[in-house]
Amino acid sequence: MTEATGGIEMEEDTSGKIKKFLYVNRKAPYGTIYALESLEVVLIAAAFDQDVSLAFIDDGVYQIAKGQHTKPIDVKNFSPTFRALEGYDIEKLYVEKESMDARGLKEENFIVPVKVISAAEMTDLMQSQDVVLSF
Amino acid sequence: MLHTVNKSPTERNTLESCLQHLKKGAAVLLIEDGVYGALKGTSATKMVEQALKNHPIYALYPDIEARGMQDRVIDGIKLVDYSGFVDLVAEHPSVQAWL
Repeated sequence: MTEATGGIEMEEDTSGKIKKFLYVNRKAPYGTIYALESLEVVLIAAAFDQDVSLAFIDDGVYQIAKGQHTKPIDVKNFSPTFRALEGYDIEKLYVEKESMDARGLKEENFIVPVKVISAAEMTDLMQSQDVVLSF
Repeated sequence: MLHTVNKSPTERNTLESCLQHLKKGAAVLLIEDGVYGALKGTSATKMVEQALKNHPIYALYPDIEARGMQDRVIDGIKLVDYSGFVDLVAEHPSVQAWL
């Protein structure tokens, strides 16, 4: 075993406790790289069969706005990828109502089904996690 | 003077600060995440509409479209493409970029 892995001891039992992971998205897409990086990490982490939730607060709610056409600015439109998350058993997407309201967005303006929750509920959601990753 | 703003008004106070420093004849061009400042129904809308009474405000349409905001722009904000951006820079004696 150690020979095949270059002398590194590999953990054979990968069935450890499933942890609750929350990815907190607070940045608008395209202006900075945060939103895309978050999505990349979510997709990588999806391979580890953990209990994953995504939160969209502040300008992060803009990441999942419908109707993005990025060809004119010559960058990759990653918003359709949020629709693919379902295929990786990532189905818990939360949008904070206060953030959505401050930006004139409504639930039907999002590219994926989300659960709209209050800031107080978001606070409880964050509190209930084992790991919180912020982008 | 042409002022450009490239930050979202709901993340930084860049737009607010810019709008507080406009002299007569100044124009504002919203680019990149700055285009979120061109939208109706946001917490920044009132401030922008107020500035619009005294100054022309432009937004770069490719950046609006990339973000899916094409149906949400405040009436009176003028949309420009990249060549319109160049024209604005050429028309004004100087440019101040608010970052």
